Amino acid sequence: MSLLAIPRMALVACALLFVIPLIVPGWIMFVLTKALFMFIGVLGVAVLLRGGLLTFGHALFYATGAYTVGFCVKWTGVHELLLLIPLGALAGFIMAVLVGLIMARYREVFFAMLNLAFSMILFGALLKFYWVTGGTDGLATGTATLLGNPLLAGSFGYYYFTLAVAGVVTFVVYRYMASPIGYFLRAVYDNEIRIEYSGMAVRQVVYRTFILAGTLGGVSGVMAAFTIGHIVPEDAFWIQSGEFVFMALLGGFGGLPGPLMGAIAFEFIQTYASKYFPLAWQMTLGIIMLGIILFQPGGLWAMYQSAVKWIGRGGRGGEQS
Amino acid sequence: MANNPENSFVLRTKDVFLSFGAVTAADNLNIEVSAGELVGIVGANGSGKTTFLNLITGYLKPEHGSILVMGQETTGMPPRLVTKLGVARSFQVPQLYTNLSVHESMLLSLAAESGKGGGFWKPLHRDPWEQQGMETLERFGLETYADRPVSELPGGGRKLLDIALSFALKPKLLLMDEPTSGVSVENKFQVMDTLVNVLKESDITTIFVEHDMEVVQRYGRRVLAFDNGSVIADGEPEHVLADPEVRTAVLGRV
Amino acid sequence: MDTRLLTIIFFDGMSYAATLFLLSVGLTVVFGVLRILNISHGGIYALGAYMGTWLALWGLDVGLPPAMTYLMLVAGALFIGFTTGPFIERVLLRRIYGSDMHIQLLLTFSILLILDDGMKLIWGMEPMFVSEPYALLGTFSVGGIIYPYYDFALVAVSIMFGAALVWMVRGTSFGKLMVSVINDHEVSLAMGINVNLIYTVAFTVGAVAAALGGAAIAPKIAVVPQFALEVVVLAFAVIAIGGMGSIEGAAVGAIIVSMARALAIHLAPELDLVSIYLIMIIVLAIRPQGLFGEVELRRI
Ligand SMILES: Nc1ncnc2c1ncn2[C@@H]1O[C@H](COP(=O)(O)OP(=O)(O)O)[C@@H](O)[C@H]1O
Ligand SMILES: [Mg+2]
Repeated sequence: MSLLAIPRMALVACALLFVIPLIVPGWIMFVLTKALFMFIGVLGVAVLLRGGLLTFGHALFYATGAYTVGFCVKWTGVHELLLLIPLGALAGFIMAVLVGLIMARYREVFFAMLNLAFSMILFGALLKFYWVTGGTDGLATGTATLLGNPLLAGSFGYYYFTLAVAGVVTFVVYRYMASPIGYFLRAVYDNEIRIEYSGMAVRQVVYRTFILAGTLGGVSGVMAAFTIGHIVPEDAFWIQSGEFVFMALLGGFGGLPGPLMGAIAFEFIQTYASKYFPLAWQMTLGIIMLGIILFQPGGLWAMYQSAVKWIGRGGRGGEQS
Repeated sequence: MANNPENSFVLRTKDVFLSFGAVTAADNLNIEVSAGELVGIVGANGSGKTTFLNLITGYLKPEHGSILVMGQETTGMPPRLVTKLGVARSFQVPQLYTNLSVHESMLLSLAAESGKGGGFWKPLHRDPWEQQGMETLERFGLETYADRPVSELPGGGRKLLDIALSFALKPKLLLMDEPTSGVSVENKFQVMDTLVNVLKESDITTIFVEHDMEVVQRYGRRVLAFDNGSVIADGEPEHVLADPEVRTAVLGRV
Repeated sequence: MDTRLLTIIFFDGMSYAATLFLLSVGLTVVFGVLRILNISHGGIYALGAYMGTWLALWGLDVGLPPAMTYLMLVAGALFIGFTTGPFIERVLLRRIYGSDMHIQLLLTFSILLILDDGMKLIWGMEPMFVSEPYALLGTFSVGGIIYPYYDFALVAVSIMFGAALVWMVRGTSFGKLMVSVINDHEVSLAMGINVNLIYTVAFTVGAVAAALGGAAIAPKIAVVPQFALEVVVLAFAVIAIGGMGSIEGAAVGAIIVSMARALAIHLAPELDLVSIYLIMIIVLAIRPQGLFGEVELRRI
């Protein structure tokens, strides 16, 4: 029962994430910061996958969050995290409420591709309405503030703030997955007919989960905007969506640790791949993804679990002999 | 209202008709079932028994005719809404949540029944569902499997769980599609005994489909015989099952 | 609206429809038989465009007459179709038949990622362009607007192509086997039909169609990296509107999308992209299975 194991796991993970930045070089902390806000977005994708719902358009929400920051900075000069995070979440929420009205009717291929289509519309709009969005140049976001004090991306404070946001989000998702609707979501993957014959609307389950995922995407986008300091239409592009899916798959989406592992591994792979094969970044992703699908469908988390089991068995075997 | 004749029937179909291409699966069915009845449906494979259940529950829509449940017109309603009116069913091939545990599946039925299935903050594992779920599983003799994944249940257990999930919805009308199909011959009567005992304690009107004549004979108090989408006999088991026409239609011999 | 504008919209729409049909028909054939949405379709399409253009340019380089560029385009496309098709189906797809849909989609998605970068590594980031096939045919004018005959040829080619595919499915014994595999996989296996072979052939037909489509469009556009996925989304819109798995549907879908886009381009240019997806959403909202699609009800 991976779900029941999470509270203990979460404590371990929290402790690790809390201590590691104190002992590693600054660039690793920055990579971890990026992994943490990506993780928030990946959670949404992973949760949908629990219901068998694959999305190729999650960047829609990520970009919505990011441009919420962009516009607020541009028009109002507000940089306050405690204001912009709820606002980005709200923007993602509203976007999901609207898009979800259509999405909730579809499954499988249609779900994946329709969401992609929606994200491409946003991408097109961000490019075309350049007088508002800055077009291909994008928008600069400047430095975030926390309660009015500047919080530099790459600083300890920024890292711990991101960690706190990720912690809150993880808790929310944990509660969601343990609730009736969380279990109905797993059931959507298994058997929609039985759900409908229980008097429960499958569409409602999908809709609510989609809204949750969209909201998380918005939060992730807000943090991304400030961490990177600059937002571009590519934030809504299919490659961004593909990367979210990649992270969920790489880590494994069966529980909550998987997406975190996926996000962290992804950020490190990206750091190295862009250094050593800058032209073959997508190819690297594609090859790793093929490998996971064909040989390790549960991702890193499943690998870790079977390793633990294997070591555990070896240990017990040793005691008995 | 109670003396309105429309309302005294738990189920009433009027000229319900449905065909699949050349096959007529429901040929102007006029069937009435009163509260408290235990009705068995017999018929050869392909005679339209499952189609009848699919029609009543809204999974299939009749080409013409109407369906009334507890006096309320349900023609054209989707299964979800028919279920909410108090009709629950089990399936010929059990429809289960294979990746959840037996107990969790039961909790989902209870959550749906209470109208709190859409809740996203309080945990699913909570009282009174936890304890009601275990009670229901015990009634169906499934308590030993409670924490096992549904995929590990044996055939008979799957059948029982499928029925238990519908039973947990506290229906007024329960439909069971071949509760003993896929169950070994030795266990058939045991499964049926379990079911009939559970049903006796509640006063749920029940319709069960069964192509095994012996089972129908033993448990049904009223039997409908289906052939090519129409009812060819309706009455007490001894009477219906002795009818040569029924025997030819159901068994292919007299 | 004056007739001149309408004529322009009509001609624009038809030539774009031909393009879209060539792009999408292979995708719908593969989905129809294998029940897999092959996202790598866009990669094969782009490869066909690259390989055809590259061969045509090479031909001109070594002094072949310009008319030979047509042959080179086709040869390049056939080469791509007949190599990538069987390879992807036999080596990769075969391992995930019967897997969850998201696994199938992700597999073909990773193939697309690999192909997309592969093309960049082979042919670089610069646009590639062969104009001879286009220029050779000349132009004609309608209502003062100049149109290239190449666009006309595209419409003719796509009609012939569609007719050939329909004939293959409905008129040949192989097509009948294919239909029986679509209708009932298990029964077909039991009847001794070589289902594996049918899958390979169907996928290869799809790949060849994609590559030919790419090669046919190449002279009209400059071939650049990264258009692979955009075209898949577009192709998906077309076949979703028409009904996934239906060849006629792909044709009707292509016409609808093209006309909507042509209208948008001439009346509200900012909406060209939006119009396509808007049409898709409207059609799907009314008929989720698409215009020619059939609803599949699970038997219970
Ligand atoms: N969804 C469907 N599509 C086409 N034909 C169907 C469908 N469902 C049932 N049938 C046909 O209707 C007839 C009655 O089927 P069914 O109700 O399943 O019979 P029974 O349950 O009595 O064995 C059969 O001939 C069957 O093939
Ligand atoms: Mg049946």
